[in-house]
Amino acid sequence: MYQTRYHRPGSVAEAAELLSKAEDGRYVAGGHTLIPTMKHRLAGPSDLVDLSRLSELKGISEKGGTVTIGAATTHYEVASSDAVRKAIPALAALAGMIGDPAVRNRGTIGGSLANNDPGADYPAAVLGLGATIHTDKRKIEADDFFTGLFTTALEEGEIIVKVSFPVPKKAAYEKFHSAASRYALTGVFVASAKDGAVRVAVTGAGANGVFRAADIEKALSGKASSDAIDAVSIDPSGLLSDIHGSAEYRANLVKVMAKRAVDAIG
Amino acid sequence: MSTIALKVNGKDVSAEVEDRTLLVELLREELKLTGTHIGCDTSQCGACVVHVDGVAMKSCTMFAIQADGAEIRTIEGVAQQGALHPMQAAFAEHHGLQCGFCTPGMIMTAIDMVRRLGSDLDEATIRHELEGNICRCTGYQNIVKAIQAGARAMASQ
Repeated sequence: MYQTRYHRPGSVAEAAELLSKAEDGRYVAGGHTLIPTMKHRLAGPSDLVDLSRLSELKGISEKGGTVTIGAATTHYEVASSDAVRKAIPALAALAGMIGDPAVRNRGTIGGSLANNDPGADYPAAVLGLGATIHTDKRKIEADDFFTGLFTTALEEGEIIVKVSFPVPKKAAYEKFHSAASRYALTGVFVASAKDGAVRVAVTGAGANGVFRAADIEKALSGKASSDAIDAVSIDPSGLLSDIHGSAEYRANLVKVMAKRAVDAIG
Repeated sequence: MSTIALKVNGKDVSAEVEDRTLLVELLREELKLTGTHIGCDTSQCGACVVHVDGVAMKSCTMFAIQADGAEIRTIEGVAQQGALHPMQAAFAEHHGLQCGFCTPGMIMTAIDMVRRLGSDLDEATIRHELEGNICRCTGYQNIVKAIQAGARAMASQ
C-alpha cells in the first residue's frame, strides 16, 4: 500500500474542506472497497478523509411515508432497524444480504452508493424505490444518480449526507449471489409504489451498472404477475460477461430473479 | 506517523503508527497479539475478526488509526481470570477445529453472533452467519456444534 495521510474531520463541512485542500484525496467510510483497492495499489490517495464517525451522517428515521437513512449508517443498522423492517422490509432484507456479518458491521449505505460497484446491492434498492440522494450541496433523484460503472452524478468532493426512500405499497429483492464474493451476479428489485407505478431495477448484470428493466416494468404494469414476465425478452448485448457468467446467462437470470421478486411480493 | 491511543483487551495502549498501517498489523506486529490471523487479506476469510467497540470487524480492512479511541478485543482477551471463555471451551469440547488457523476469527464471530441474535441459535442460522469465516479443514460440522453449545453456555453464565 502507498503512503497516505489520514484525517478525521469533526463535521461534513470540515470533511469537504480537507478534501478540497488535498492533492489527491479520497473519502473513506466503511472502507471495504477502498482499502482492498489501496492494498492492490490500484488506488493511492494522498489523503483519506474519514466520514465514518460523523454523527451528522448517521441514523434512520421514518416520517410521512418516507424512510431516511444517514449515509454513514451501516448495513447491519439498516438490516436490524425496526423502522426499516416495518416500512420497507425488502430494503432491510437487502441490507442483510450484503457481504457477511463483519462486512455489514462496517460497510455503509453512502459508501456503497458513491462507489456504485456494478455488483452492489444498494443501487438496486435506490433505483427500484426511486429514492432521493441528499448531498452536502443538493438533492439527486435515483434516476439521475447512477451514470456508469463506478461512476455517479456526484461532483468532486461532494458528500452524500442521507438517502430518502418513499415507502412503497410492496417491494421485494431477489439476488443470485456469487458464492465467493457474495456480490450480486444478478439482483432484481421490484417495487410497486403507492400510486400503482411499478419500478424494476437490476444490479450485477448491466455492463454500465445498475439499470431499470423497462420491458419488465411495462409487462408488469398491465398485470402484476410473474407470468407476465415470460414473454419479455432481455437483450444480452448490454449485459456483463465475465468468468462468473455470460451475458446470455445473466439475461436469463434477470427474468428469473424478477419473477421470484414478483412472486415474493404476492 | 501518528500517535494513537486505544484500549486493547482492557489495557490502555499508545502506539506510533503510519497512517496506512492496518489494525491487524498493529495488533500482530507491534502489540505481538498474534492470535489474530491474516488469511486472505482480501476481507473474505474472517481469520482477522476482532471486536471494535464490541462489534465484530475484519481487522485487515480497517486502518489502525481508525481505531484511535476505540476499545479492541482480540482472542487473547476473551478468557477471564484464567478461565476459557465459554465459546472457547465449547470449541475445545466439541473439537471445533483441526489446524486452528481460522479458530480465533470463528470464536470472535461466534461471540458477536450471540450478541446480535441471542443464545438460542439453530443450525441453519449459525451456518448462514458463518458466511464470512472460511475453514479449510473441518467441513464446519463441529464448528457449528461448538457455536450452538457455546452460545447456550454463554446464556447460563
